[in-house]
Amino acid sequence: MSLILLIEQVLNGLQFGIMLFLMAAGLTLIFGVMGLINLAHGSLYMIGAFCAAAVAGLTGSFVLALIAALAGAAIAGALVELVVIRRLYDKDHLDQVLATFALILIFSEGTRWIFGSFPLFLDVPDYLSGPITLPGGIEYPLYRLTLIIVGLLVALGLYLLISKTRLGVQIRAGENDREMIAALGIDIAKLYTIVFALGAALAGLAGALVGAIQSVQVGMGEPVLILAFVVIVIGGIGSIKGALIGAILVGLTDTLGGIFLPEVMKLFFDPSTATSIGSSVASMAIYILMAAILILRPSGLFGARA
Amino acid sequence: MIRETYVNALAVAVLLAVPAWAVIADEPFTITLMTRAAIFAVAAIGLNIALGIGGLVSFGHAVFFGLGGYAMGILAHHAQTYTALAEWPILIEGTKSMPVIWLLAVVLSALAALVIGILSLRTSGVYFIMITLAFGQMFFFFAISWAEYGGEDGLSIYVRNGFPGLNTLVPIHFYGLCLTVLFLVLVFAWRLVNSPFGLALNAARQAPIRVETVGLDPVRIKLVAFVISGAITGLAGAMFADLNRFVSPTMFSWQTSGEIMIFIILGGVGRLFGPVVGALVFVALEHWLGGLSDYWHIYLGLLLLLTVLFGRGGLIGMVSGRRAVHD
Repeated sequence: MSLILLIEQVLNGLQFGIMLFLMAAGLTLIFGVMGLINLAHGSLYMIGAFCAAAVAGLTGSFVLALIAALAGAAIAGALVELVVIRRLYDKDHLDQVLATFALILIFSEGTRWIFGSFPLFLDVPDYLSGPITLPGGIEYPLYRLTLIIVGLLVALGLYLLISKTRLGVQIRAGENDREMIAALGIDIAKLYTIVFALGAALAGLAGALVGAIQSVQVGMGEPVLILAFVVIVIGGIGSIKGALIGAILVGLTDTLGGIFLPEVMKLFFDPSTATSIGSSVASMAIYILMAAILILRPSGLFGARA
Repeated sequence: MIRETYVNALAVAVLLAVPAWAVIADEPFTITLMTRAAIFAVAAIGLNIALGIGGLVSFGHAVFFGLGGYAMGILAHHAQTYTALAEWPILIEGTKSMPVIWLLAVVLSALAALVIGILSLRTSGVYFIMITLAFGQMFFFFAISWAEYGGEDGLSIYVRNGFPGLNTLVPIHFYGLCLTVLFLVLVFAWRLVNSPFGLALNAARQAPIRVETVGLDPVRIKLVAFVISGAITGLAGAMFADLNRFVSPTMFSWQTSGEIMIFIILGGVGRLFGPVVGALVFVALEHWLGGLSDYWHIYLGLLLLLTVLFGRGGLIGMVSGRRAVHD
């Protein structure tokens, strides 16, 4: 097990974590401001990926594809908010879960109806493909490195948006006391739509970016959605900082666990048993991490005390 | 309310009359569909105890459904391959006997519910929903990576397990067995709801602080309810695996958890017959809409969405006009 392999795996984990962050940030923002648990967030991720794949297929431009993903997911998010989601704010969590579960069924089957069951492919553009040599002579795929950088830039942008702009002030105020900001003359319905569309756009961006290294298919959003839930439970629901740290923790645990747990098990068992036990434990590692964190801190690392 | 009683009576009539017709008309597939509905109803009655009465929105009941399924799959697999399940410290062999398998499924699910409940009940609200969902995924991925028992492909059992005195290969025999279990579980749920424990559980959902001030521990009450709930859903899982003679990680998937929830919401949350009506309607929709269009999940989604947005109290609530028990 060389150092170079270790660094590569850490970078892979970081890249996975950063993409989870894009999903988790939207979820946690929507929960923090509107108190809504949105299972359909994975569908917005899928819509972003499909918009990107369709536009890339028509124009051949990766940049246009990303813009399409952002716009498509944001528009879908705004529409869903206007038609369905705003009726759910006053309902209990059970109704929110079921209604957004219904949205998943509608979106997934609708997409399958339009695009068919076969996966689409979104290619990494030439100028981002191939490896890059990092300091220390480590070869690493340029595209994955770009994902890490884009994700970190988005995180920085979100931080600036929330801490420095007028919209950010309204979002923070909405998290603390929504009656009060409505009383101060802020159009709370418009704010909710904007926040939902923003979260949707982030999910769509993540879908398009990841879609280029995996296949674009129906149902791609739900595994990521559940991981994003784990992330925000670990980080504390409503906290963007928690989402970032939780996402990186989950990304690293998942990636490194998959590589190193079988190796660790080889110290105790014969190789074939070790591989099977190691991979079984690795597939559960993030859930074990989550359970451990919840035992220590029931409302997550950065969550407000329940 | 009188009209709810009529709806319940109608559900019982459907459960009895449709298979009777199917036997006369020689339509074994209809009996299989009804068996499926009866088993789903048992699973949903289990969840309804936690969700409808205890207010515990568990998005991970597939864990218990799947554990029941795998209890059947693993025991029957060892029985049909004549291998021992464990040779040390004591010799454990597989079995093809339904009562033994069902008992094990119940015990196993109850234990899992105890552990998951202790951990999950440290949280509440959205955290509870998400942590139960995550436990479901944990079991799902474990089942996928467990190559010894089929991994992603699951396990097939060639001959349906036996029940003393019945030929379970005859559809109507197996249906009768499942229907008996359903009625027993219904009676149990009815007795439970009206027992002092049921009242305390109801109170623990509505006003946990008041429950605490009269000297009861709401978390413990909810934990007991969660264990009972998980055990019943586990039993349903074993029956479902018996019906299909097949188990796969799909039984652990979060969609399964969602479907068990759908049965309850379609029928009516917190109502005794809600899960039964919901399961019957779901299986009917699955069969008819699935025949009309490959994309029947769109219609299911729309129906579910409309039920949640406008039809509080599910189908029973709409028909009987009483406000939802759940609040």
